[in-house]
Amino acid sequence: MLEVAISHRYDDASLDISFCSEARSIALFGDSGAGKTSVLDAIAGLLRPDAGRIALDGKAWFDGALSLSVPVRKRAVGYVFQDGRLFPHMSVHANLLYGPRSRQGDHDGLEEIVDLLALAPLLTRRPATLSGGERQRVAIGRALLASPRILLLDEPLTGLHHEARLEVLEHLRRLRRRQIVTMLLVSHQPIEVQALADEVILLGDGLVLGQCDVETFARDSPRPNWHVTSVPA
Amino acid sequence: MSEWLSPADFQAFLLSLRIAAISVLVSLPAALAIGWMLSRRRFPGRILVEAMLFLPLTLPPVVTGYALLVLLGRNGLLGGWMESVGIVVAFRWTGAVIAAALMGFPLLTLSARVAFDNVDRRLESAAETLGAGPWRRFLTIVLPLSGGGIAAGCVLAFARAFGEFGATISFVSNIPGETRTLPIAIYELMNVPGGDAGVIRLSMLSLVVAFAATLIAAVLGGRLWGSRQRA
Repeated sequence: MLEVAISHRYDDASLDISFCSEARSIALFGDSGAGKTSVLDAIAGLLRPDAGRIALDGKAWFDGALSLSVPVRKRAVGYVFQDGRLFPHMSVHANLLYGPRSRQGDHDGLEEIVDLLALAPLLTRRPATLSGGERQRVAIGRALLASPRILLLDEPLTGLHHEARLEVLEHLRRLRRRQIVTMLLVSHQPIEVQALADEVILLGDGLVLGQCDVETFARDSPRPNWHVTSVPA
Repeated sequence: MSEWLSPADFQAFLLSLRIAAISVLVSLPAALAIGWMLSRRRFPGRILVEAMLFLPLTLPPVVTGYALLVLLGRNGLLGGWMESVGIVVAFRWTGAVIAAALMGFPLLTLSARVAFDNVDRRLESAAETLGAGPWRRFLTIVLPLSGGGIAAGCVLAFARAFGEFGATISFVSNIPGETRTLPIAIYELMNVPGGDAGVIRLSMLSLVVAFAATLIAAVLGGRLWGSRQRA
């Protein structure tokens, strides 16, 4: 179960987010500036909220009241950034093996992930030679091979052309079906949310506007102003 | 080589190479540490550190050499104590290394700082989420991606140390085989009647080394930009 209850003040905006979900695949849905990526950063530890609590399966990663903040590298998150952030000086193979599992000499998962994401033809290539879709697949594989307890996906389909979007979407769908890890997806595209999420958290202006299952989201999302009035809080 | 250069000149050339190479090696760790601090940390007195760092570039080299003599000479503030524990650097080639290192240090540190500045910090965040601690991030992400710039800085510092004259002659004087470097040999030949041919030969040699170093630094510096590929 993912518990997030955080507040944070920026110079020109604020974040007051509180939600709790037991779903295996959760989507944070909202427009640009809603605070979606900030929530992912806070869960990963890249943003330290002013106050609040973040916990996964009862284990707190951040608790402002207790001055507890587990270091980023010990949180066991897999973070797929919007821009991939592959290491440009390493091959795809080296990128995939950067996470902690590989350092322990356990490469068992590599073959499985390479198969799952169809990465075999890319292993010897450098990130600069990959297409956008290929880069995102490698980024997903690298995050998974770090043995995360939660996979954070920050708009992984943004910036990709149509074919690449479909390609990465299909791989993420397969990942969701396999239920390898809890997924938290950030998106502002209803179709991506419907394809990948079990539960949807609706964000706007740094606040949680609603929370619903994906069926309700799919039914209500076409309505004008649906997100303010229709989604059960 | 021996037909073109006299044994004494060849000795001065080799000594300059040795002093320049060692001065870069001994100053590299501190240059990396200070370059990193200036690139990544905000701390009180940062501007003061930067100003002090550039002093050797802005001060007349003779003044730097004199300051070294006052500090590390046998009767200097630290030199007396150093001699009591068996370390003497004044009028020794080790003193020439210190003078050369001091003069090349700003170039090395500035290059390291710029190289660190150019590493995409988001890549370090990505490595952190993958479980990498500070040292692993530095060794596997920052250092490889800034390596070209740091290497270029090493070459520039080497060239600066190779050509060092003022601080060296003030601090360690002109002792053949010990502190008589190539620039000092040129200066000496300039003051000898009929030494013009020797001056030209050694000056050409200096020119070749300086040009090669600049060229290598430019190529290595280019690698720095080349390494900033899309991630």
